[in-house]
Amino acid sequence: MAKLRPVSPEDHIQGLEDAEVTLLEYGDYECSYCGRAYSIVKRVQSHFGRRLRFVFRNFPLSEIHPHAESAAETAEFAGAGGKFWEMHDLLFENQQRLSEILYLGLAEELSLPPEALRQALEEGKYKARVRADFRSGVRDGVNGTPTFFINGKRHDGPFDYEALLPAIQEETGQRGAQRMERR
Amino acid sequence: MSNVLAPGTRAPDFTLPVTPDRELSLKELRGRPVILAFYPADWSPVCGDQMALYNEVLPEFQRFGAELMGLSVDGVWCHQAFAEARHLHFLLLSDFEPKGAVARKYGAYRTPEGVSERALFVIDKAGIVAWSYLSPIDVNPGADGILEALDGLPRQEKIYG
Repeated sequence: MAKLRPVSPEDHIQGLEDAEVTLLEYGDYECSYCGRAYSIVKRVQSHFGRRLRFVFRNFPLSEIHPHAESAAETAEFAGAGGKFWEMHDLLFENQQRLSEILYLGLAEELSLPPEALRQALEEGKYKARVRADFRSGVRDGVNGTPTFFINGKRHDGPFDYEALLPAIQEETGQRGAQRMERR
Repeated sequence: MSNVLAPGTRAPDFTLPVTPDRELSLKELRGRPVILAFYPADWSPVCGDQMALYNEVLPEFQRFGAELMGLSVDGVWCHQAFAEARHLHFLLLSDFEPKGAVARKYGAYRTPEGVSERALFVIDKAGIVAWSYLSPIDVNPGADGILEALDGLPRQEKIYG
């Protein structure tokens, strides 16, 4: 099985570097399953608090989701302005109406310059970044969206709250056990 | 589970319809790597299914000069509708009559269901199976194995630039 590209400062990360568990998602802003996963991840995050770190990488399936690429580029634009997660949340919360008009409005809402966003989208300024995420996802064994990795291992099977919680719990337990052994 | 053809085996040639009025033989593709992706059926009810994924990964396969083909026992009209609906940019071959004959040759036919396994083959430019993989039927195998197999082909088979 492929090995996950390690989390780096280039990534979009929520949480602490020394968190017990890293949950990483390869996702697509237009994918309805990712839309569902969005609120599940929020619940999981609030359950584990500081013990969990969450990483999001782009995996737009542009052929079936015509707005997935532009939405990903919009998130990256916001990221360059220090507001990746704010935009990430807004995009998922407005998943049903992704369009350039929406993106520009969201930029304004986040006090980011809409004109700069329009230009970035037109020039494809963040295309390479999105593509790099996608490529690494393919190599990491991503097989659809969303694909989750828990501490670097692909999580196959359902990703509802009831399934993710114990899968993550198991990892926190293991880390705890390893620490005990070291002592 | 089936026993798929192992690496080192000569890939059996076949001729199958790719559209209602066109056929394709494997040997026509000799000289470049070929990826055969057998799958159970068109229209699996998930977004980002195996064929949709390969469609997106196509540029990565093309960097190796490789030709990707999807194969199932679905008929040509079914394939055509499926390819149109999902905007697929690669060929779907119809292993329909005699049903599953090509899948059987590759050890990738599944009984009693009567569909192809989810099986992958990378065939080198000389027509030899370089890599094969049988996935559990309910698990989308992704594309990482295919890309690793393409990486492993002799350098001159890759197309740079």
